[in-house]
Amino acid sequence: MRTSLVILVCFVAGILTGRLVPLPFSLAPDDYTVYVLCALLLFVGISVGGDSHFWQALRERDNLRLALLPFLVAVGTLAGVALVSLILPTVSLRDALAVGAGFGYYSLSSVLLTQVRGETLGVVALLANLMREIATLVLAPFLVRFFGRLAPIACGGATAMDSTLPIIVRFSGKEYSIVALFSGIVLTAAVPFLILIILSA
Amino acid sequence: MTVMWVIVFFFAAGILLGRLLRAHPSLIRFADRLAMASILLLLFVLGLSVGIQREILAHLGTLGLQAAVLTLGAIVGSVAAVQLLRLPTRKRR
Repeated sequence: MRTSLVILVCFVAGILTGRLVPLPFSLAPDDYTVYVLCALLLFVGISVGGDSHFWQALRERDNLRLALLPFLVAVGTLAGVALVSLILPTVSLRDALAVGAGFGYYSLSSVLLTQVRGETLGVVALLANLMREIATLVLAPFLVRFFGRLAPIACGGATAMDSTLPIIVRFSGKEYSIVALFSGIVLTAAVPFLILIILSA
Repeated sequence: MTVMWVIVFFFAAGILLGRLLRAHPSLIRFADRLAMASILLLLFVLGLSVGIQREILAHLGTLGLQAAVLTLGAIVGSVAAVQLLRLPTRKRR
């Protein structure tokens, strides 16, 4: 939660700086942010590949339900955003899918989509995926009660491995912490690949 | 789009590198910190370009509404999909 706040403060500080400080030079972010973005993806990759849960999750065969969980979360998310994109005339199906494929990982998906699709979609990705994280934190007890113990893990998407893990453990139970870690890390790893596939299809 | 392939290449390379470095948790933690620093920098830059472009700020309400609708779709879809796993199967315990 503290991390989310720091991230948001940075974004808002950027907006305020852009608004209030007359910058003496013209900003062409595309020129240098792409290097930072490549470095970021390398570091996130190291973090994912260095986590033994990730390799364990990929090897998971004994427990089909566990292996299916992140897959179903991904399919359900993409189906859901595809459906609601029908009532959003200004959001194309492809853009809706790309935003959905953030699975709550708002920092990564927003900077990725900013780079390849521009600031507007980047901001939508930031807001939508941030809302998903906050909704998970707020709705967890309700979700468990009406939709079962896997529901907050589904709702949390990629965040189930870190920012929403404590709340999931609290309401789904301690025995679900490994399940949440598995699902979250597989979805985290899927974010860049899925966004690439969706945008190049 | 070429840039997206390059970015994803770095991600894949990172995953493999992370696997090789698994025995060194301090290096993994260091990569985590560098990732956090890059995210803060990139989101500051995103904020900066949003702040400069008046039209994005002017449409923030609309963008927020679009985001909320997409979030609703994502949550309902994912929660509905995992209900499949609640279908009765052999009891384990």
